[in-house]
Amino acid sequence: MGPAVLLLLLALAISGCENAASSAVGPAHSPSTATSAPAGTNPASDTTGDWVRPARDYSSTRFSPLDEINTGNVKQLVVKTTFSTGVLHGHEAAPIVASNTMYIVTPYPNLVYALDLSKDGAPVKWKYEPKTLAAAQGVACCDVVNRGVTYADGTIFLNTLDNRTIALDAFTGKEKWASKLGDLNKGETITMAPLVVKDKVLVGNSGGEMGVRGWLIALDARTGNVAWRAYSTGPDKDVLIGPRFKPFYASDRGTDLGIHTWPADAWRNGGGTVWGWISYDPQLNLVYYGTSNPGPWHHEQRPGDNKWTAGVFARDADSGEAVWFYQMSPHDLWDYDGVNEQVLADLPLGDGTRKVMMRADRDGYLYVIDRTSGEVISADPYVAVTSTKGIDLKSGRPIENESLRPSLGQVVRNVCPASPGGKDWQPTAYSTRTGLLYIPANNLCMDFEGVEANYIAGTPFVGANVRMYAGPGGNRGEFIAWDPVARRKVWSIKESFPVWSGVAVTASDVAFYGTMDGWFKAVNAKTGEELWKSKVGSGIVGQPVTYRGPDGKQYVAVLAGVGGWSGAIVAGGLDPRDGTAALGFVNALPDLPQATTSGGMLYIFGLP
Amino acid sequence: MRPVFFVSVACVVALAWSDLRGAEALRVCADPNNLPFTNAKGEGFENRIATLMARDLGTRVEYTWFAQRRGFLRNTLSAQTCDIVMGLPVDTDAAWTTQPYYRSTYVFVTRRSRNLHIRSFDDPQLRSLRIGVELVGDDNANTPPAHALSRRGIVRNVVGYSVYGDYRTDSPPSAIIAAVAHREVDVAAAWGPMAGYFAARQPVPLDIVPVQPQVDGRFLPQTFSIAMATRRRDNARHELLEQFIKRRRHDIDRILAEYHVPRVDREQTAPPAEGTR
Repeated sequence: MGPAVLLLLLALAISGCENAASSAVGPAHSPSTATSAPAGTNPASDTTGDWVRPARDYSSTRFSPLDEINTGNVKQLVVKTTFSTGVLHGHEAAPIVASNTMYIVTPYPNLVYALDLSKDGAPVKWKYEPKTLAAAQGVACCDVVNRGVTYADGTIFLNTLDNRTIALDAFTGKEKWASKLGDLNKGETITMAPLVVKDKVLVGNSGGEMGVRGWLIALDARTGNVAWRAYSTGPDKDVLIGPRFKPFYASDRGTDLGIHTWPADAWRNGGGTVWGWISYDPQLNLVYYGTSNPGPWHHEQRPGDNKWTAGVFARDADSGEAVWFYQMSPHDLWDYDGVNEQVLADLPLGDGTRKVMMRADRDGYLYVIDRTSGEVISADPYVAVTSTKGIDLKSGRPIENESLRPSLGQVVRNVCPASPGGKDWQPTAYSTRTGLLYIPANNLCMDFEGVEANYIAGTPFVGANVRMYAGPGGNRGEFIAWDPVARRKVWSIKESFPVWSGVAVTASDVAFYGTMDGWFKAVNAKTGEELWKSKVGSGIVGQPVTYRGPDGKQYVAVLAGVGGWSGAIVAGGLDPRDGTAALGFVNALPDLPQATTSGGMLYIFGLP
Repeated sequence: MRPVFFVSVACVVALAWSDLRGAEALRVCADPNNLPFTNAKGEGFENRIATLMARDLGTRVEYTWFAQRRGFLRNTLSAQTCDIVMGLPVDTDAAWTTQPYYRSTYVFVTRRSRNLHIRSFDDPQLRSLRIGVELVGDDNANTPPAHALSRRGIVRNVVGYSVYGDYRTDSPPSAIIAAVAHREVDVAAAWGPMAGYFAARQPVPLDIVPVQPQVDGRFLPQTFSIAMATRRRDNARHELLEQFIKRRRHDIDRILAEYHVPRVDREQTAPPAEGTR
């Protein structure tokens, strides 16, 4: 999808901004259906410099048409402003920029700050405290994170860890409405960033490992009332599966598979939560999102495909009806959530152009999927993979590596990728100019050995001892540029720690990402050459953005503040001697506490 | 599970005991809503044992309340908002456990009127009966009975009940026991202390039988030794607990029996759970 289309989408998304500017940059893979956005005449209504949602556009490209900061001058970048959030824990959110204001949300307690970019030093315009319940902290699995707020139509939409979606007046910070969607008592939390599509706010829950039943809810953006809710397990009527549902593969066809692919009532606690990313194709009027792993049973206790977990749904954006589903990991064995982002693009494949989504999945494969039908066009490993032997394109199913099938008490070694996957939630970026997908990747494998006893709510229980460690090469992370048409890695940069930050890429072919030991980096998007880096106060697990300030200049912003599942050893103060802590992640990163300390801080960079 | 190696140093203990006696409140980390273990009204057996210890010391118990879930130890004991945890399996990594003061077991819970007499995971009846197990909520980690059943291919007729329960209610984890009484399931395989306590409070008589085998396969224990715990290197308090457990063994046993805690470390078993009405 070209920038012109992106601009159009942006213009549609932000009402009151009828005149979106057009900047025709020649895309490498120009979509045949691209229409020109209306030419902008009034600079005040030019929103091309904004970044109104974490993924920037509905296609989730995280591509900015700005090009003032380029491969030549990026090395001159300096810190323009900093701002301490006053919160520890993992800062995974993207700073949001609209109407000369920057909006940031912290991990629990989910404070929202609006910073006035038109004034020197970006002072706080307003601050909102949602008074998130403290009990939510004991429920969230993998640090008390929040992946960002969303701006639309003069409103900031915020999700809180204690299951509320709150609409705030973007200018004053006053609450317009608040809607409670889930229940901490059931193990539910919300960590994802909402997506606003037309008149609806889409929100999903977290907590698959707590025996939560996953859902996606559409709220009326004006009132906060629930318009529809689509569960990820259970009877077809709950999953909003009806006559329009036409999955591409046979194993997804049948009645009430959300019940019949589970033992007894296991679907009631089956997982399939929706804690990742949502994309939207306005022409097809479809929203796309992935579902988490099945749980919380050991896989031997839930025979079957465990629909509709660890897969991706296409739904009608208005009614929520399911249109197709594809399951990356039927009967998931390894905690390979399917929640990673869908990057929508129109790629030249075969004889023509195909409307696809690109998914760098937890299972280690880069899927190129026809987003009109759910057909997998290609699926290639982008990291070391041993857990499966490939994806059978006829059935759409992974070819299991039987020798690694885990059973409690059995020793299973060298499972790659480890549970956080080739990539976890940390989103990729796609440049229509280079035609490359930029993947912030993990290079981790894991062993299951012995039995570890644990205790919760007065009850002892046991699970496998999981230890993660660096995959082949010894580096635990990698920043990869991938060509989805040629189906190959074009270049990559090895990183000592997993790359747990998002990516932003610009029309001047500069890609930005951060590292867990606190380096913020700019690289040449064509070659991978490192152009600039700056050390920040804490490890970066957030999402960089770039925007045009009120002065007309381009800036780059990112939240530092290590944490999340990978950074729990620092943010949670875990003991590095207990390698199985944080579900085995601590073993892979015992040196992280020496490399960084916790603390949330916003950094804004610009040219001198 | 291997018991913590215990060295008693009498003179140090005597000193510690007198130093701490009356000096400060006994700061206990506990869940405010987790009967039969603890609750905010002090009705759990761990509450009772803590009170007994405080009385011995001429002081009072001061609680730090925190749901015993993910982050419990991190936010209480490790954060030094309290000093003692009254119940943890021995050798728990994140704390320093004492010698165990009781050892309990997973049990089968059935309605007495059914005459099922299930004692072993190998009982063929388990292939067809509806079985309730506790759902822990941690991917791939489950209670030992859940694993023992799945090892035998018994999965389709197994129903999970969240170990957290509904925290808004009084006794969150009791749903699985009520499910036996209410005929939602034919049998529950549940952790003994919880099962014993709630079985005695159902409107119909329930039978409680320790599961067999007690170590399933080579590695799957169904019994656990429960100890008190302090922070590592909190030597004085640790010795205090050790001495208390030794001195008050009989009183502790009496309290546990009152709560119908099934024991596997005593000749005498707990009084059978009787229907109270």
